[in-house]
Amino acid sequence: MTTSVTSAPAPAAAPTPAQPAKHREVGVLNGIAHIALVFWALVTVGPLIWAVLASFKSNTEIYLGTPFALPEHFSFENYASAWQEAHIGRYFLNSVFVVSLSTAGTMLFGSMAAYVLARYRFRGNRFIYYMFVSGLALPTFMAITPLFYILNNMGLKNTFTGLILVYIAYSLPFTVFFLAAFFKSLPHEIDEAATMDGASHTRKFFQIMMPMAKSGLISITIFNIVGQWNQYLLPVAIMQGAGADSKWVLTQGIASISVQAGYHAEWDVLFAALTLTIIPMIIVYAIFQRQIQAGLTAGAVK
Amino acid sequence: MRHGKYPFIIGFLAVPVALYVTFVVAAYLQTFYLSVHQWSGLGPMKYVGFDNFVKIWDDELFWKSIWHHGYLLIALPLVTIAIALFFAFLLNVGGGMKGGTTIGVRGSGFYRVVFFFPQLLALAIVAVIFGRVFASDKSGMLNGLMPDSWAPWLFLADKRWAMTCIVVVLIWQAVGFYVVLFSAGMGAIEHEIYEAAALDGATKFTLFFKITLPLLWNTIQVGWVYLGIAAFDAFALVNIMSVDRGGPDGATSVLAMMIYRNTFDYSQAGYASAIGVVLFFLTLTFAALTLRVTRREAV
Repeated sequence: MTTSVTSAPAPAAAPTPAQPAKHREVGVLNGIAHIALVFWALVTVGPLIWAVLASFKSNTEIYLGTPFALPEHFSFENYASAWQEAHIGRYFLNSVFVVSLSTAGTMLFGSMAAYVLARYRFRGNRFIYYMFVSGLALPTFMAITPLFYILNNMGLKNTFTGLILVYIAYSLPFTVFFLAAFFKSLPHEIDEAATMDGASHTRKFFQIMMPMAKSGLISITIFNIVGQWNQYLLPVAIMQGAGADSKWVLTQGIASISVQAGYHAEWDVLFAALTLTIIPMIIVYAIFQRQIQAGLTAGAVK
Repeated sequence: MRHGKYPFIIGFLAVPVALYVTFVVAAYLQTFYLSVHQWSGLGPMKYVGFDNFVKIWDDELFWKSIWHHGYLLIALPLVTIAIALFFAFLLNVGGGMKGGTTIGVRGSGFYRVVFFFPQLLALAIVAVIFGRVFASDKSGMLNGLMPDSWAPWLFLADKRWAMTCIVVVLIWQAVGFYVVLFSAGMGAIEHEIYEAAALDGATKFTLFFKITLPLLWNTIQVGWVYLGIAAFDAFALVNIMSVDRGGPDGATSVLAMMIYRNTFDYSQAGYASAIGVVLFFLTLTFAALTLRVTRREAV
């Protein structure tokens, strides 16, 4: 990364030899541009770097008031505590377990519903479609009170099953909305040819339509993985009661570690737990950066 | 196409519709039902008509929360979109012309990747990090950066600034997403337009206000709606970051926080649901207003 201001007015930047005055204007603007960009990059990564540095420090060091100083020695003690006492590993695995099942379920049921609603005519089609899509406009926490009691009555409160089913149900509006539009755009010729060849509806869906919709399915899968991994309100409302802490997901776990740390004003372990949470995200992001950006902006670009 | 069509349709729709009706539709409908009842969560419900809504009207905390949503609704979209537009312009057009196409400043790809990352982090995680960034003693990042001679700033513990801290964090997280979103929109603008304008001697300033901004208007509106919806939430940040969950002294209270606390802390399921209904109408009003403004501008 070069951030040097003087190198900014690259000669190649102007197609025709520009006037000196104009050239200088470009140079100054470029300088300001780079300063602004570097500033925001620092604002973005600053808190993250600070958290990683603090994760190696002792609690006393954290209170020294030198946030970006390197730790005196790199000790992994905090990480051991975060793993063993604060159970960050368990929360992480819980999240992995819940999100893999709930995303798989969301994609399966979401694409089934979207496919039928997009490509078959039947009574009530529009009604069911709008029922799903209206969920997009409503804030989730409006329903949180009754939802808790619904799960309670079904005996699903504080269970992974309950959480997974709720994740699927609340992911359906966007999934159905997006995929229905996608399935609608697929050509009808192949569809008809397959019917001629005697393919059943189910076979057509799994062997012809799903592969054709691959790009849309990938975007929405990423969208759902990120959304469900980051969910906070639903698990906080559903995973409570006796022994709930062994079933908490990562977001809940971190929040609880933060509260615990606050009681004793001991923050070192919290920073280790945070780092253990952020690092995997950075690795995944570094590898799938393009797909993730496409997946997350998919809804808005349409 | 004919044989077995209906069994197939029913087979494919049964599970998703059943899940959706049980956990989403039923829950939303019960919100309305509960809102006219008094119920602790256990035992019998008592029908109380509009008492809950009268109670909301007289609830000082409710009006504080509404005020906070108003603040969020103005500050969050305005600042986020302004910053994101500025950076998106620099990253896409700021580098001038090269080989007949406009290019971004050097390192555009890198900045785009870095700026977007916070979007990937859960708001809950972001809230925990910034809870420490804004800590009111020397262990906080900002207070740690200040000279030792200064008295520590209180940030979240200061009634006057607590809500602004929450807004700042929301902006911090959102900017990258809108940089990417606006970049996609700017990428769709024909290069010839910039080329022609540049040949006419237009400065970057003119390029931005006369070309980029008008052609990007639709995307900006989408962003406005998204951020507006986010302004009605903020639950994770308030629940985790703020002093005393919505404090100090109600200074960061939002409707989601009130719903949550009335349900799970105060056992006032009926009252919580009534707030949920109010929230429903507020969201609806916002959506209707946005649509209306959008349509007027399209004419």
